[in-house]
Amino acid sequence: MFNLSTDPINPKSLADSLNDSGVGAIVTFEGRVRDHNDGKPVTSLEYEAYTKLALKEGDRIISEARKKYDILNAHCTHRIGHLKIQDIAVWVGVSAEHRDTAFASCRYIIDEIKKYVPIWKKEHYSNDEAVWVSSATDSA
Amino acid sequence: MNTKTIHICYFASLREQRKLSKETLVTDSETPAALYDQLQKSHHFTFSPEDLRVAINDTFVDFKNTLNDGDIITFIPPVAGG
Repeated sequence: MFNLSTDPINPKSLADSLNDSGVGAIVTFEGRVRDHNDGKPVTSLEYEAYTKLALKEGDRIISEARKKYDILNAHCTHRIGHLKIQDIAVWVGVSAEHRDTAFASCRYIIDEIKKYVPIWKKEHYSNDEAVWVSSATDSA
Repeated sequence: MNTKTIHICYFASLREQRKLSKETLVTDSETPAALYDQLQKSHHFTFSPEDLRVAINDTFVDFKNTLNDGDIITFIPPVAGG
């Protein structure tokens, strides 16, 4: 399931929600707000989403991951709004019987989310005007 | 040509370029491609259509889809989640 949240992400409670007695591996990914990008000092990030389509697209990606990989549970939450340095911007977690599946499917989900979900990020700098960045220039 | 009323939503950089998050237009445009061409000429949007995706009524569609009266259309600038 895919969510958008204006509140801070709680990684522990999200990871706990993936567990059950058949789970042998849980892999999680946290995308965090860095204090720099492309040589510029970043002071904060602002995320905006096309909510209805982002939720549909995020759920589609997780459904695709379930078809491609033998996953037990999968979840992604993406923050929206104004985030501070080191806030968690996106969290992905996958549980499976074995680690190979958990690693590969977690990677698949974050890569697809970054490519396709209509979410935008504006970088604020200490010494320059804020700009909307595109994922082509982003290596997070 | 049929005139139709189309509701347009803007996000992120396109919203800032248009200085609006939504507007309603009466247009002769038959497709999202034609409508974007009309809007780009009026508002000097910096994105070419190849940079964008388009959604009608919260579903991704092709730029050659037919526009219908009352559609809500969103031109989607390059995304940058994560």
